[in-house]
Amino acid sequence: MPNTFEAGTFDVIVVGAGHAGVEAAYASARMGAKTLVLTINLDMIAFMPCNPSVGGPAKGIVVREIDAMGGAMGKVIDQTHIQMRMLNTGKGPAVRALRAQADKVLYQQAMKQLLEEQDNLTIHQAMVDELIVEDGEIKGLITQVGAVYRAETVVITTGTFLRGEIIIGDLKYSSGPNNQQPSIKLADNMRDLGFEMVRFKTGTPPRVNSKTIDYAKTEIQPGDEEPRAFSFETTEFIMDQIPCWLTYTSPETHQIINDNLDSSPMFTGVITGAGPRYCPSIETKIVRFNDKPRHQLFLEPEGRNTQEVYVQGLSTSLPEHIQRKMLETIPGLEKAEMMRAGYAIEYDAVVPTQLWPTLETKKIKNLYTAGQINGTSGYEEAAGQGMMAGINAAARVLGKEEVILGRADAYIGVLIDDLVTKGTNEPYRLLTSRAEYRLLLRHDNADMRLTEKAFELGLVSEERYNKFAEKRELVKAEINRLAEFGIKPRLVNEALTEIGSSPLKDGIHGTDLLKRPELNYDFVAKVTEAPELPEDVKEQVEIQVKYEGYIEKALQQVEKLKKMEGKKIPEQIDYDAISGIATEAREKLKEIRPLTVAQASRISGVNPADISILLVYIEQGKIAKIAQA
Amino acid sequence: MFEFDTIAAISTPSGEGAIAIVRISGEEAFAIADRVFHSPSGKSLIEAPSHTIHYGHLKEVDSGQVVEEVMVSIMKGPKTFTREDVVEINCHGGLVTVNRVLQLILRNGARMAEPGEFTKRAFLNGRIDLSQAEAVMDLIRAKTDRAMNVALGQMDGKLSRLITQLRQALIEVLAQVEVNIDYPEYDDVEEMTIPLMLEKSNWVKGEIEKLLQTSSQGKILREGLSTVILGRPNVGKSSLLNSLVQENKAIVTDVAGTTRDIIEEYVNVRGVPLRLVDTAGIRETEDIVERIGVERSRQVLHEADLILFVVNYNQALTDEDLRLFETIQDMNYIVVVNKTDLEQNIDLDQVKTLAKDRRVITTSILNEEGVDALEEAIAAMFFEGSIDAGDATYVSNSRHIALLHQALDRITDAINAAEADVPVDMIQIDVTRTWEILGEIIGDTMQESLLNQLFSQFCLGK
Repeated sequence: MPNTFEAGTFDVIVVGAGHAGVEAAYASARMGAKTLVLTINLDMIAFMPCNPSVGGPAKGIVVREIDAMGGAMGKVIDQTHIQMRMLNTGKGPAVRALRAQADKVLYQQAMKQLLEEQDNLTIHQAMVDELIVEDGEIKGLITQVGAVYRAETVVITTGTFLRGEIIIGDLKYSSGPNNQQPSIKLADNMRDLGFEMVRFKTGTPPRVNSKTIDYAKTEIQPGDEEPRAFSFETTEFIMDQIPCWLTYTSPETHQIINDNLDSSPMFTGVITGAGPRYCPSIETKIVRFNDKPRHQLFLEPEGRNTQEVYVQGLSTSLPEHIQRKMLETIPGLEKAEMMRAGYAIEYDAVVPTQLWPTLETKKIKNLYTAGQINGTSGYEEAAGQGMMAGINAAARVLGKEEVILGRADAYIGVLIDDLVTKGTNEPYRLLTSRAEYRLLLRHDNADMRLTEKAFELGLVSEERYNKFAEKRELVKAEINRLAEFGIKPRLVNEALTEIGSSPLKDGIHGTDLLKRPELNYDFVAKVTEAPELPEDVKEQVEIQVKYEGYIEKALQQVEKLKKMEGKKIPEQIDYDAISGIATEAREKLKEIRPLTVAQASRISGVNPADISILLVYIEQGKIAKIAQA
Repeated sequence: MFEFDTIAAISTPSGEGAIAIVRISGEEAFAIADRVFHSPSGKSLIEAPSHTIHYGHLKEVDSGQVVEEVMVSIMKGPKTFTREDVVEINCHGGLVTVNRVLQLILRNGARMAEPGEFTKRAFLNGRIDLSQAEAVMDLIRAKTDRAMNVALGQMDGKLSRLITQLRQALIEVLAQVEVNIDYPEYDDVEEMTIPLMLEKSNWVKGEIEKLLQTSSQGKILREGLSTVILGRPNVGKSSLLNSLVQENKAIVTDVAGTTRDIIEEYVNVRGVPLRLVDTAGIRETEDIVERIGVERSRQVLHEADLILFVVNYNQALTDEDLRLFETIQDMNYIVVVNKTDLEQNIDLDQVKTLAKDRRVITTSILNEEGVDALEEAIAAMFFEGSIDAGDATYVSNSRHIALLHQALDRITDAINAAEADVPVDMIQIDVTRTWEILGEIIGDTMQESLLNQLFSQFCLGK
């Protein structure tokens, strides 16, 4: 190691400027902490090494949540997308989700600029080699060139860079994503510090040149005509959209893959890391689902100013010459020029049960980890964690209380709770089915759930908060108005019959009429002479009234959850001293060290009887304390 | 996540006793009781002063059918055993009655209490002092272990297989719904449409209903053990029947849609519900064996869970008696040797030989002798489990029945929602709940299995 020198002191240092790192740094700086963000390559801020898209089911809601708390991802994608689509519009409001195709380069540029312009935030290019830890507390870090940065808290967001290795066929070399420099010394350092690490794998498909694609053989997938935005603050919409295209693998593609499985690192044992089940390579799909005659492939442009097209669905680590042969068998891609080959990447991740729900490590105080390093996959999952780690790192410095989003507050809460309570044995992706209160965690109400909290934390401006508060009032007032508005049959029956809805026999209230599945808010607004209201208010009123029964049920469940969340487990609890707990449960409790009884009850292997005993034990401690006093 | 909801359980020992108590504890205790309790004055319990007792009837919410005549004690927290609101329903003793009351309460919002849960709540709410804490923890552990063994023991292999099958059907529906949501652009996954969901949900609902109908306790609870008194004329069958009916309180029963052409009496013998089938035809015919040849009567015998076979102490066994012994040889029966007030002409050793391992009781119904012994024998047979109530010994555990009822309610909600064109992902909420509740019966509610299903069933990517 070269001679070291003092390079500066900060409140919060963020290591890495991918999707987790930028949100961490942005949140920390907005809260008023003096923040430094270090990245191996300044030109790679918020780079998208995999598909050029943001959002989708569950993930899109995370983007909305980040935005509701003043984060960057939503705003930036709104400025830089090439198309947007609302998915699941035919289904209920809980599962509607927005997805954007990104212009990768513009996205990076806009994100870099956003960080550069942010107060309290210093950006620097550097490779971090070592953490400075004293008495179990983080004090700072040392870079490759010997620069020593000191800080009260540090957030590590290294993505897939830790001991990253790229694999194509039998070629395997040390590398971060897209041939970036990997971070090897820091990986070793973390292992030396006692962190348990796992090896995960993910992959990416080849990219081809657009001008060599025969689009006539594919189906067009345009964006929505209706203007869409992730951010609650976006007022300007990009209407000039670029379509994606759909094609399929052919029997010949499958033949080539089957013939060359012996050179697939997935099956030859070269790749040992656990890969994600929800994002399998094309060779895995064909082996596991060999009865499927074809697989969908989406051709996604990587931006406005490039010909590069991402072949979604063709993720592979087969040797490059096989990848070329595969492309030749795909309708529309027969003559396509491959610009980059697909590859698999293996990397080190921290076993996430070593973290508190604040994303602080249990091992080293004031050290936080966020993003893919915690075993997740996906830009949105990374960004959500990054924001929370940044908030908590700053809160620690500023003497504020820690911030934990619950499972009933946000998808981000579900994500973090799953990670720190259950761990994961594959790269973790958010799915709507992971959220037990998904009816409450909707795309449309992210602001209702989180903006108040964000304002208290200093994450959103007063102006924005006031706007939000006004919207909330309007929604409330309109629901109350409808609930009290009596509708007389003779005034509406004609209109009802006209649209095929059964006529009224007796007078009913506006809310009751809106509950009819075939009627929308606009109809009810008309017959109840509603005031003119903004679209987002109308949407809230319609959803809250229409699905009141289901929402009410979910809220009752949440009420129970909150009671259990209120039962805190003392930090110094000695699980060995509790006689009745089963051995497996005891080991798990000692490992996870849950903060609340609710969290304890979600640990696999901890059963209701153990929870009962735990409750009794905690209560016993409280009574003992009162007795002593 | 059940810690603070409202729980209920039978808090008197099972089986005998003139009075049994069903205790309800928790925030909803009064509301749940009010849903089913009707006092003559029409007053609700929630408005009544605390620590008072009220007379009235429990009725089914939907049909208004009377379930039981009761005295209800209401106690507002914190001056109660658990420090929560507590309602205690005093009803007539006996397995049938008290279980019907418990089931009614469970169907209306309470959850079956876990072992030791009242005590646990008493402790958690500060009712029991510190020195007892260890004891409470031991109690929970011990009771849970025992309850688990009992529950496992009671779980019929057939039941567990059927539940697993129902859950598999549901999880396939759920996985498909989830895939449609999480991968909306994948065209090789069939869209789980409302008609498809309706079809599957209706099938599951039907199966749960069947289960509840064929459940042995369900059957016993509704109908009692079908009991036939058999014997030649003038051996004392009518006297025995009258004696059982008079000594024991008749159970009020009203099974909708079950009109029968045979007279039945319902009695509660030491906690065992008996439906005494008075085989009018058999009793009044001269040659009984000939009558048994008649299909209907034979069927009555075959459907019987228990036969009380009466012979005359005063006469030697006749050919007819011997043929009756042969007819019922594979059935559950007790031999009643009646008329010990008269001279003995019967060969008791012969009777015992013919009866093999069956119980033989001697009585003089006229002098009210031996009826106690007979009742004891009936109760013993039932609690030993030597009476097999029909061939479908599916569900016998109160907890399982309560859970099946809950599952039925949820799947019915799902079906209603589907018929009202509610979006699939909302219907799915109740389907998921059904799947979870069924999982509680067989002890499996892991969320992970849905994801496993999802990824093994479908090829996913985007």
